Parts: sequence; structure tokens; C-alpha cells
Amino acid sequence: MHTTEKHTPKFTGKRHRLDKPELLAPAGNLEKLKFAIHYGADAVYIGGQKYGLRSNADNFSFEEMKEGVEFAKKYGAKVFVATNIYAHNEDIAGIEEYLRNLHEAGISAIIAADPIIVDTARRVVPELEVHLSTQQSTLNWQAVQFWKEEGLPRVVLGRETSLEVIAEIKNHVDIEIEAFIHGAMCSSYSGRCVLSNHFTDRDSNRGGCCQSCRWKYDLFEDGRPEEVWVSEEEAKESRVLQQFNLGVNQHPLFSEEDNAFTMSSKDLCMIAHIPDLIDVGVDSFKIEGRMKSIHYVATVVNVYRQAIDAYMADPDNYVLRPEWVEEMNKAANRPLNTGFFYDTPDHEDHIYEPEEKAAPYDFAGLVLEYDEESKMATIQQRNHFKPGQEVEFFGPGGSVFKQTVGQIWDESGNELNAARHPLQRIKLKVEQPVRYFDMMRKKK
Amino acid sequence: MMGNKPELLAAAGSLQEVKEYIAAGANAVLIGEERFGTRLPGNMNIADISEAVRAAHADQAKVYVSVNNLISNEILDELSGYVQALAAAGVDGIEFGDPAVLRAVQQYAPSLNLHWNAEMTSTNYATANYWGSKGAVRVLLARELNMDELTEMKPHLQIEAEVQVHGMTNIYHSKRKLVQSYMTHQGRPVQGENLGQDRGLFLIEAERQDEKFPIFEDSNGTHIMSSDDICILEDLHILLGAGMDSLKIETILKPISYNRTVIQVYRTAIDTYFEDPEGYEFQETWMDTIREVQDPERELSFGFFYKEQVY
Repeated sequence: MHTTEKHTPKFTGKRHRLDKPELLAPAGNLEKLKFAIHYGADAVYIGGQKYGLRSNADNFSFEEMKEGVEFAKKYGAKVFVATNIYAHNEDIAGIEEYLRNLHEAGISAIIAADPIIVDTARRVVPELEVHLSTQQSTLNWQAVQFWKEEGLPRVVLGRETSLEVIAEIKNHVDIEIEAFIHGAMCSSYSGRCVLSNHFTDRDSNRGGCCQSCRWKYDLFEDGRPEEVWVSEEEAKESRVLQQFNLGVNQHPLFSEEDNAFTMSSKDLCMIAHIPDLIDVGVDSFKIEGRMKSIHYVATVVNVYRQAIDAYMADPDNYVLRPEWVEEMNKAANRPLNTGFFYDTPDHEDHIYEPEEKAAPYDFAGLVLEYDEESKMATIQQRNHFKPGQEVEFFGPGGSVFKQTVGQIWDESGNELNAARHPLQRIKLKVEQPVRYFDMMRKKK
Repeated sequence: MMGNKPELLAAAGSLQEVKEYIAAGANAVLIGEERFGTRLPGNMNIADISEAVRAAHADQAKVYVSVNNLISNEILDELSGYVQALAAAGVDGIEFGDPAVLRAVQQYAPSLNLHWNAEMTSTNYATANYWGSKGAVRVLLARELNMDELTEMKPHLQIEAEVQVHGMTNIYHSKRKLVQSYMTHQGRPVQGENLGQDRGLFLIEAERQDEKFPIFEDSNGTHIMSSDDICILEDLHILLGAGMDSLKIETILKPISYNRTVIQVYRTAIDTYFEDPEGYEFQETWMDTIREVQDPERELSFGFFYKEQVY
């Protein structure tokens, strides 16, 4: 039998304003917004046509923002817009109008890094909340206090802050703290990397980042031979020596069989540490990934929603459920770690080995309808599937079941040997009840 | 129209460098220590800084101190004492990026001049003016801006403009210990070994075999530097004509003799320009003097001065 022990928090901080932490999810487009909110996000952040750091994303028009805000309202959820570039001279003229339009579209907050965007928002649309972006790399409570005095209700801390530091900040300043809890991370201080600018002339701080930190590099030393880590013989064998004309005293710090040097970080995942994050008083739990798939967003949001709710409902009896971790792994694109929350990342937190294939599951179909009597579901095709294939259904709240696809029919009742057409409505028998917005996935 | 002669500023890492660079023609030096300032060519404690101030002031030169680290909670407690000590030492200004430093100066050392240096993120005049409204008197403009952006923003700036004209730039800064991590991954941990500026480590990207990117680790994390050295000497007159207030020579990871030569050449160019701006002509021999001492594996380039970046 499970015995109950009183939960003793390892970290304590004050949570302000919100009685329960907000789960904040990325929404790369209107459809992702709907999934994120339906699967449990309290708020989503999106990008507009300007001033955001994902210039390749399928960004929102003002009309789409309005529709997104309307959808969110039905769930009591909020929509934030990332305006987190570092502006150049040419960007300045349009800021006021853009911010007014965001406010008019019903956006609750902007996430801004450049003080001129912060300041303009405070001046022009004071009703629009401004949250300081992680791009400012805010690491100390005095800086947080500064931004509070500038009128900001919330600061997204630099990803380099540990739980201990967050506790100190929470105990010094009465302000909402947002922290990234899941997803890909800059391995540099956010905003303090222009590798992309140097390698490809793409401006990282205006949304052009080409992720040069994930490329492969070789590490050398200018110096005296006796300081070298590899033997001269090993150096001669080096794959780079054959291509690169080294100077007299330049030595590779790797040998033939070594993996290349890289700055590539593993992805953040804090599912195993929800109690610590809640106890320390983090107000908003942020998931990274405006470029990620619907399947990713729905799966990750769903799991965190359950964990947060379970802990808030009964902290003393809270346990990390193994199926949450399993679910996370179905969506994970890279190996996972806990970032800087407990310690500075070390050799186990970077990706030196060749990367494994991304997320092992695909979104195969969206449940549109379910008929209790006939146990028939109407599915909107999102990827190829066919009879005999094993699929998994899941929906908000953690209901998951596997089944083998039986016979499938199109809307006119014609039997099909595969679901081949994007968005086609397909009927199939399901072994457990499903609901609108439940998802069907298949192994890749 | 002839504007004011701009200051020629060089970063320095020791008292010897301070003296040599001023003798070579620098009007000001930027110094400091790793605990508070990032990527300095050497560490100078408060006693060294006081000495540097005395030496510089005797030659009518200025001393600025870099306090532009991303400040951690742990450093916060020391900040007030540090800025007070800097004020007492008589420094002519400090560089900052973190608002915590601004607060500390306002509270404990309000006489200190504040120069806003947020590295690659000081990219427009309006944000510089914002920090101006908070008390900054100067902005160090991002090295990733081009000449058109620099010259068009100058008239809009309500504070002084500093532009880097020569040397390498930082292109990546992480709190992570990336060299240590890599060596440990290889099964050859290097704990306690020197991985700092003088170790001479560099990276080569797989498809750019002729570009060497210096990399070093210190208490502020891992720093990766550009593979080329900015040199805008040939078009210095454009910056002079635009009225820039301070021209910076980055001296990090270079021998003193190299830096001395570079400072002398820029000194000559600036002085020549101000003797007769209309008749000024760039001298190819100036470039030759620099080329002679330039590391052949590092390109002298215009950096981002004439590049269009996309996003």
C-alpha cells in the first residue's frame, strides 16, 4: 500500500497573483493554438507578422489573432504575442501601430526583449501587459526589480537561472516569474549569439537564426607540442589534418574516432520536477516550440496539465506517473535534460553523438465525431494509415488506448484499403469512446 | 563642417598595456576584471585600476571600467562596494549592460558616467536613448550594424556613440563550460587546466576550413570570437564625418606590439583627417603597416560594415 508522507518543499518562493501556475504553450498557427488550448494550456504565445523571432514560422495575421482570442476565451485562456526581436532603426517607426493592433485584436500580453518595444507599449497601450522576454537574459533580482518598476507584471528569466536563484528572486520581488520548463534551448545566453550572422548573414536576433550551434566543429590548439592532448601520431591520423593546412604549432584536440565539438544542447524537460517548480513559486510554466507540430504541442501540454493539476489537488500524495514520461518520449525530438535548474549543464547535457531520428510518432487522424451506439468514429485524416495498423488514441486528461485499425470507410460508405487523402473524413470502429479533438497517432 | 575629434579608445589588460596604449595614441582605455566585466584582455583589480587612473590622468587620458557582465544574484552583493571603489579610484566611466549595475551606480556611485554596452543587442538609436533617459551618457553600438545604420542613427542619438573600428568581436557567449564538457565527453577531462585566453584554443567549422574561431573559457563561461578582425581604417573618414564620439580598438587575444602598431596607425589617420577634413586622403601605407603585423590566418575585414543581413 502506498503510504502518505507530508510533502516537504525543497525550494520555497512566493507565487503572486495566480493561485495556480499558468501553463503557457507555443502556437505556431491558429490550428496549433486550438489544440494547445483544448489540451490544457492556460495561455498560448504566438507570433505576428512583425517583430517576432521566428521569421520562418506560419505567423498570425491580426484577423487570425482575433479568431484565436475568441477561441481562447471559451476556455478562459489567454493569447500572448512574441515581439521579442532586438529592433534596428528601420523597425522603430511601425512599433506603435503594431502594438495598438495587437491590443485591438484582444491580445493579453506581449513578450518583449528590446526596451524600446517595452517602453513604447507602456506608453501607447498601457492596458496591454508587457512580459520581459528571456532574450534579455535576466538573472538577478535587482534587474527583475528594475523591470517591475518599469511597469512590467512579469519577467521571463534567463534559462541560466537555477531553482535556488529563482527562489531568491521570488523572495525579493513581488512579480510574476515565467520559466521555460520544456523544449529546445539556446546553449548561449539568449540574444548573445551571432554565429548565424557570421556564418550565413542571417540575423539571429531578428528571427533569422540558422542554428549554427548544432553544427559540427573541430577543436584545435595553438601552442607548444608538449601541451597537446593527442599524440603526434594521432594528430597525423586526424580527419581534419588532411583538409586543413595547419600552422606549425597547431594541434587538433581530438583524434580520428572522436565525435566533433558542438555547442548543441539537449532539450529541456521538467516533467519529473513539477513539485519543485510549483514550490519555488514559478507563476508561468513555459513550453518552447512555435515551430513544433500539433502532435508535439498537444502531447506535451496534455502531460504537464495532468501533472500540475495532480500536484495542486493533492501535493502530499503526488507521484510522477510513468505514463507521463512515456508520453513525453513519444513527442521528444532530442535527448532531454533539466537545463540549469539544478546545476550548470555538463558533458552529459550536450549532443555529441549523431542525432537519433526525431519524434517516433506521427499525428495520423483527428477525431471529429463519435457515435456511442455503433462505436463508430469519424476521423479527419492527417497522415496515411490503413487497416491492420496499430494506432493510439489520446485526448485531454490522459486517456490513451491502443487498437488495431479495422475496416475503414469514406463518408459515402465505400470501404478503403488506406486513408490516403489529407483531411478526408474516414469512419472506423473504435474500441473505447472518443471525443471531438481526440487525436490518433501511429508509430513512424 | 568640422566636428569634434573623437576619442580613440583601446581595451587594456594590464598597467603596462594602459601605459603603452596611451603612449601609442589612445585617448582612453577600457579595463576591468573578469568578476564584473566580460572578455577583457587581462584582469586588473581595484589597486591596479587606481594606478591606471593615476597614470592615464597624468597623460590626459581617460579610464573606463567594464562592469558589463550578465549579473548573477551572487555578484549583486558586491556591486555596491565595487562601484563605490571605482568612483573613489576616479575612473571616468563604466560600461554596463545589466540594469542591476545601473541601479547600483545610481544608489552608491551617482558620479560615475554610464556607458551602455549590451554587446550584440544595442542595435537601434531609440533603445540607446531609452538607456540615456535612465542615465547612460554613451552607447557602444553593436558590431553587427552596418555603416548606413550607424551613420543614419547618429543624428538621432541623444547620447555619445562609440563604434568598434578594429579587432575581433565576440560571436557567442554561453554560461556552459563547453570545452571542458567536450574533453570530458572524449574521456579526457581537463578539470583545473587552463582553458583561458592564453591557451590558444580555436574552432574550425566543418565547411569553413580556413576560418579559425578563437574559443576560451573563464569564470563567465565559454566565449567564441570572430575569425576575422574588423579593420575600417580605409573608410574611417565616414565615421569621422558622421561625428562618432569614440572609436574603439579591441585588443583582446593580440600581442601588445600588434595593438601598439594598430593604435599608432589609427591615431595618425584621425589626426590627419582633423588637420584638413576636406583634403583628407586615406594612405595605403597605413594599411600596409597593419598588414605587416597581422596574423596571416586572420582576415582583416570590414566586418558587418557593408553587409546586408537577412532574417
